[in-house]
This record gives sequence, structure tokens and C-alpha cells, in this order.
Amino acid sequence: MIAVDLPYWAQSLLRVLGGTVAVLLPAGTIVYLFLFKMMSFMQSRLGPMEAGPYGSMQLFAEVGKWLQKEDIQPALADKKIFKIAPLIVLVSTFILVAVVPFGPDAYFTDFEAGVFYALAVSSVSVLGILIAGWSSANKYSLLGGLRAAGQLIAYELPMVLAVVGVVIQAGSMNMQQIVFAQNHGSIFGWDGVGNPYVLTQFVAFGVFMIAVQAELTQTPFDMPIAESELVSGYMTEYSGFRFLIFFIAEFANVGIFALIASVLFLGGWGVPFSWFGWDSMDAVDDWMNVVGPLIMIGKMLALSFLIMWVRFSYPRLREDQLQRFAWKVLIPVSLVNIMLTAILKVAF
Amino acid sequence: MSAVILADDIYVAQNIGFGIIAAVMIVGALKVVTSKNVVHAALSLVLVLAGAAAQYLLLAAEFVAVTQVLVYVGAVMVLFLFGVMLTRAKLGQEGDLNNKNALLGVPVALLMLGVMSWVLIDGFEDTKLPQDGDQVSVQAVSDSIFKPYLLPFWALSFVLLAAVIGAIVLARKD
Repeated sequence: MIAVDLPYWAQSLLRVLGGTVAVLLPAGTIVYLFLFKMMSFMQSRLGPMEAGPYGSMQLFAEVGKWLQKEDIQPALADKKIFKIAPLIVLVSTFILVAVVPFGPDAYFTDFEAGVFYALAVSSVSVLGILIAGWSSANKYSLLGGLRAAGQLIAYELPMVLAVVGVVIQAGSMNMQQIVFAQNHGSIFGWDGVGNPYVLTQFVAFGVFMIAVQAELTQTPFDMPIAESELVSGYMTEYSGFRFLIFFIAEFANVGIFALIASVLFLGGWGVPFSWFGWDSMDAVDDWMNVVGPLIMIGKMLALSFLIMWVRFSYPRLREDQLQRFAWKVLIPVSLVNIMLTAILKVAF
Repeated sequence: MSAVILADDIYVAQNIGFGIIAAVMIVGALKVVTSKNVVHAALSLVLVLAGAAAQYLLLAAEFVAVTQVLVYVGAVMVLFLFGVMLTRAKLGQEGDLNNKNALLGVPVALLMLGVMSWVLIDGFEDTKLPQDGDQVSVQAVSDSIFKPYLLPFWALSFVLLAAVIGAIVLARKD
């Protein structure tokens, strides 16, 4: 534990700054590395090359471009709600990051029901998307918003049910406790790598990542913004900095869900505690507060690589296939997983 | 929050927070019934429900607050808006939103206010919140649901199941 005692206001300031960085940094990295560069290489082209070395400043150029654009609102739109909608989506992203731990002392809040909070807050962004679609006074937008709501409700259930398996195994909903349980655990007495739940909860991991793909409305689950059917779904009428807000929220959410998945399944910020002989949370050395965030960023990049790889590889599902897949495949599978986990937890 | 505040142990920050949130909730609740647009009314209802979640947070009941957000803001209101938008949500103002039985709501509301204040005052009398505001752990909540309150919990689940089956029966034509 760190011995420095900061006053409450300084801690709060640090946490707000840290939260902002933890939202914007992954978003920018994912957009540049994966959306600009990886996609281009997969399609045998170079991607942005002009702004900065290897086009690395392209994102700043884009942001500058968006900020200069005229703020257009449809004449018939419900102006007030039209303006609030993107903010609801972005704010839910910012308060989502508050429960992700980055180190033994490097957390924003040590919330007891951390995982539960994450799932609850992530469901708020649906509200923003739904009213964005409605207030645009555009049939394509409304269809996109309705599709998004149906999809996000359907895929929230398998996500929650997949997390239940992890919670049963860790015996806690606190994110720090889940990190501790994974790094301090052992698989049948062997503690060489701890017990990252991707090994024992691989079914839950699969269900969770598919549900995340759908929650983020990334291809193959991008019906809400399907460009060949709905122009751009609920975002159709948004331009300039309002579009920028949706854009940031989309990729920040990719980063944050990757962070949450790495806490739940890949051992979070920790290294297996047996390597250094730590046997409790307090025994963890202070340098983990610096190394922990780096480990988290590494795992976040690996998982968001997976998400974007799937996004660039698969064609879009049909609306009825999407609903059937959630209700008839993912939910039964995760229910069976919960049952098996509970039986094994009692047996061992 | 206790209605009677004595000089010694006033939680200034909590009381200010309570006041602000309560004011927002009251304005929201009034807008729910006076708004000329169904979607605006629904969004005001979101404000009221989110305000309730914030009040739970002030009472150090994190789990209940998060449940409130997950169930009401994230699920119930989204389904509500979903249904409204699929069927009749017009942009702009609508004239025919008031039910002709609207005045009946006044005595019902007064009755609810009376019953709930009586229950709260009768149940807690002048008990104060603990000074430290101990957080109720999730474990304690689940222990009390699945031990002393198991039977009511089952009864509630049964009622919900019956409602779900009823809804399916009503929705299916075959």
C-alpha cells in the first residue's frame, strides 16, 4: 500500500484526470492502430500516411476537421433531445471506466458490486441511442434506434449471465477481488500462472466476447448502423462535433469493454502472485501501480485487436438471425455454464 | 433522511445533495404528467428514477442503487420507449394525452402519500442513520433475501413468471 496521503480534493482531481485518460487514450489508440492501419493492411493498402510519421497524427487532423464543421440539425428534429442524446452515450462511457482497477492502489473507486455496476451503467447508453434515433425525425434513424435497442437488450442478458460464472468462481463482485482471486488462485494445486478465468471459464469468455461484440454494435452485429440498409442508422443526421461524440464513445467503449473483459478473464493488472511470493492484496509491491496499468493496456490492446479483427472479417448477420442467436444459443449456453460452475464450486 | 434535524449531527453535504436531487425529482415527476409529448414524459420519468438511484447512493445502499439503474433506467424505460416509438411517438406536441379520469389520480396520489408516510414513520419512528453510514454489503442483502425472506421471494418470482406467461399467451395468436 502506498504511504502517501493526498487530501480528498487532490485524490478526486487525480481520479477524474485518470478517468479521462483511461477513456480517451484507448479510444485514440484503437482508432489509429486498428481502424486506420490494421484495416488498411488487411485490405492491401497503406491507410493514412501524410499527417505525421506513418500517418500517426491523422486522428488530430480528423478531430480538427470535425470541430470546424457546421452544426446541422434537421428542421423537424426535436432539438433539445437531439442535442442531449450523444452526451448520454458519452457520459455513460465515462462513468463506466470508474470501476476498472489498474493496480493495487491505482483504481478510481473500489466499488463492492463493481461488475454489477459496470453492467448496469453500460445499459444506460441504449437510452441515448434510442432517443437519438427518434429525435432525428428520420425513418432510417428511428429504425436504427429501434434495432439498436432490441439488439442491446437481447445481448445484455448473455453478457450478465456469462459474468455470473466468473462471480461464482471468484466469490465476489468486486473487481479488485476478482483480480486477486485469479492471480492468487491455482489450477488443481498448480499456481504457476495463477488461475486466469479464461482457462476455467472459457465458455463464459466466449459468450462474453460475442455479447460484447454485439453490445458495441461492431460487425457482424452492426444492424443498427447498417450502411447498405439504413444509411447510418441512428447516426444518420448527426454531423460535426455531435458525430465526433458518437465516434469517440463507440471506440472508447471498445477499449473499456476490453479492459473489463481483461479484468474478468485475463487476470487484470496482476501478475501471478506466486512469482513474487505475495499472499494478500496488501503484500503486493508498490511498483505494481506503475506496471499494472501497462499490463492492462497490453491486455486491452490484445482483446480489442480480437474485436476489430472479427469486425473486419465477417459479413453482417440478418436481424432475425441476430435475435435467434442471442435467445436460442447464447443464453442457454451461459445458463448451463452457470449451473456447471455452481456444481463444481460446491464439489471442490 | 430524517425529517427532524437536530443541531449536533447534521450531515451538511448529504442534506444539500438530498435537497438538490429531491428538487430535480419533483420537477421531473411534474413534467411526467404535464408534458405534451409522450417521449418527453418518458424521459422525465427516467430523470425521476435515476434520482431515486442517487438517493439510494446517498443512503450508502450501493447495491440497491445499481439495481435501480439496471432494472428501471436500463431495462424498463428502454422497453417503454421502445414500445412507445414503435406505436405512436409523434414529434412535437400532442393534444389528446389527458385521460378524462385524470382527476381520479389526485385522491389516489394522496392516499399513497398517506399510506407510505404512515408506514415509514411507524416503522422507523425517530431512528437516525448511523453516523458512519456503514455500507450494506451485497452478501448481507443476499443473506436476508435467501434466508428469512425466502418464501416472499419465491412468491414474487411466481407472480412474475405468471405475468410473463400471461404476456406470451396474450401476444401469440396461434
